[in-house]
Amino acid sequence: MAKSKTPEIDGAQALIKTLADLGVEYIFGYSGGAALPIFDALETVESDIKFVLTRHEQGATHMADGYARATGKPGVVLVTSGPGAGNTITGIMTAQMDSVPMIIITGQQVTWMLGKDAFQEADIFGITIPVVKHNYLVRETNELPRIAKEAFHIATTGRPGPVLIDVPKNVSQSPFTGDLDAEIDLPGYRPEKGYDIDSTSIEEAARLINLAKKPVILAGHGAMISGAEGELMELATKLDCPVTSTLLGKGVFPESHPLSLGMLGMHGTAYANKAICECDLIFNIGSRFDDRIIGQADKFGANAKIIHIDIDEAEMGKMIVPDVEVVGDAKTALKELLPQLEKKDNPEWLEHLNGYKKKYPLAYKKQGGLRMQQVLDEIHELTNGDAIVTTDVGQHQMWAAQFYTNDNSFKWISSGGAGTMGFGFPAAIGAQFACPDQTVIAVAGDGGFQMTLCEIATAVIHKLPIKILVLNNHYLGMVRQWQELFFDNRESGVDLEGNPDFVKLAEAYGAKGINIKRPADVKKKLQEALDYNEGPVLINAECIKTDNVFPMIPAGAALEDMLTEPPKHKMAKPVGST
Amino acid sequence: MSRTITTSDKKPAPRLDLIGGHTLSMYVNNQPGVLMRICQIFARRAYNIDSLVVSQGRDPRFSRLTLGISGDPAGLTQIILQCDKLVDVIHCYEHTEGDSVVRELALVKVAVQGGEKRTEVLQIVEHFGGKTVDLSESSMVIRVEGASDKVDAAIRLLAGYEIIETVRTGKVVMARGEQAT
Repeated sequence: MAKSKTPEIDGAQALIKTLADLGVEYIFGYSGGAALPIFDALETVESDIKFVLTRHEQGATHMADGYARATGKPGVVLVTSGPGAGNTITGIMTAQMDSVPMIIITGQQVTWMLGKDAFQEADIFGITIPVVKHNYLVRETNELPRIAKEAFHIATTGRPGPVLIDVPKNVSQSPFTGDLDAEIDLPGYRPEKGYDIDSTSIEEAARLINLAKKPVILAGHGAMISGAEGELMELATKLDCPVTSTLLGKGVFPESHPLSLGMLGMHGTAYANKAICECDLIFNIGSRFDDRIIGQADKFGANAKIIHIDIDEAEMGKMIVPDVEVVGDAKTALKELLPQLEKKDNPEWLEHLNGYKKKYPLAYKKQGGLRMQQVLDEIHELTNGDAIVTTDVGQHQMWAAQFYTNDNSFKWISSGGAGTMGFGFPAAIGAQFACPDQTVIAVAGDGGFQMTLCEIATAVIHKLPIKILVLNNHYLGMVRQWQELFFDNRESGVDLEGNPDFVKLAEAYGAKGINIKRPADVKKKLQEALDYNEGPVLINAECIKTDNVFPMIPAGAALEDMLTEPPKHKMAKPVGST
Repeated sequence: MSRTITTSDKKPAPRLDLIGGHTLSMYVNNQPGVLMRICQIFARRAYNIDSLVVSQGRDPRFSRLTLGISGDPAGLTQIILQCDKLVDVIHCYEHTEGDSVVRELALVKVAVQGGEKRTEVLQIVEHFGGKTVDLSESSMVIRVEGASDKVDAAIRLLAGYEIIETVRTGKVVMARGEQAT
């Protein structure tokens, strides 16, 4: 390849030029000393990159995450060294756990001071190794373009994930004399293998599927990332097979479809969990059998054959040992599988599951005060289930998953694996930047929202019309629920007394604030919020304090031990994962 | 000390199930930090590395790692896949004693006063095909090499005298025949 030498630029400028060439639209971040040359390059290099100054580095990572989950493109973060880099760790971990492509560029002390406890020096390379797909500490200015390209390639191919690039200040501000078109060199990284699937595994999967009488498809985030919606629909209808999805897989198969069982797992629908217990085949497409799904591992699918498609070979047999392992891209695998499958009808199996749908519907009481479920149900109706919804973590998240059913991919943005409180609102900012014409709703509890609420300023400055739905029960409700059920209702560390007046708080930042107190007002007030598009609007819904999420599978218990209503006897403390 | 690794909520396998003598060979990028990534995978799963040899490959862009480990075979498969998944790891293979040649080298410093003891020690050294690489009035340094059990046996016999210290390289492995290491 011809060398396109550009004289008289520094490393930082070469980096920004490379990012622009890679198609970066937004960089979310926070400036600081060690990143000064890179921030300067944002001004001196002509590009379409827009920088979004956040109010905290954690917010920047969640914004990049929300941007990535709404578009499938990598989110980019730029922060300084030491505490700036340290504040990104929760966001990086969140992206890693949920396979989200993200590039994190951190400033760093000059190379000759590394290891000498210099000002704002932190070994962010070492610190982040367990929470990234890959990371770099750049030591040569001329390597910056190649490393940036490698980082994008790694973040976006195979199983996506975050890649961190630590750039010492002398590396970014030294003259760049290298090749801007330098090619990537990754001998140990071969994502193309995911498209070359072992045909015997496909044949074996087809054999098991053709034999199955009571099959269930379990669709995960991997199916969504690979863009397998069409193949999944063809598969489900050809086999007349019910489909349940994971929390992160919501929308990859339309939840309004008659074959949909909704979400499975700890707070999934009773009919999805019962289908998993009673089926004779679990066909997992791109889910990693999270502990929140399988409950007690040795009882999961005990009477069923299990087929597992995953692009990450290291997921095979990690939680559940499948009968057939299909290592590769979900869309490619389904395309190869479909011609080998026989058309089927399963009227008895579907009728049986429909019985469960009638017996155990997702429902809530409309008496006795304002419930989070009602607010979510009504906003679902008012937006035709078509908004981009981001959530925090806790009761409101599970109710949102239950009541904000999705028919499309990339519209449900929730921290699943990491369970990161404080995620939802900044993620909504990233999603709104990515999709300016769509309605974006940030569903948060009063606990998680207060962890990253400083980003109201970011949303106000950019006039983002996000609907911030604070479902406020003045409690850390999910923890309180566990204390009620498993710890004799001894409340410990869950009472959020001292909550601010959220409406006044929004107004102090220059956002609009709306209070909802009565069930009868919900529709009108939500409509008022949806009609306001001048900037962010915060809806503070004062909900009843002690509601519990059901169905519930106590952690580590088997799916068949699911509670569909409050237990009448004292529960043993769960011994499984948290 | 090796411990069982647990990758699910299932009860940990009983200690009796531990199978020793696994040898992993990895071909990795020759860069700072690569060893740290690999070691974290083992440490996270409470897995001890019994021996570790790292050296530059014939192509200086790459390094060769040989790890001697013991543990639950089910967990080991996971570890191999997790290591192989690292961007810096070109490949990671497990080798058994049957399909590979394993060698290690030990230096043993033995305190020997007087000719009679020295003669006895030299007989042991000769039996194991070892060499005396340093000799002083009061001590000698012996080099023994071979399969790990042979090195173990030599050290066990030398322990009948006063061993001052021992240093072992750890296992290096090479696959037999056509198979890649």
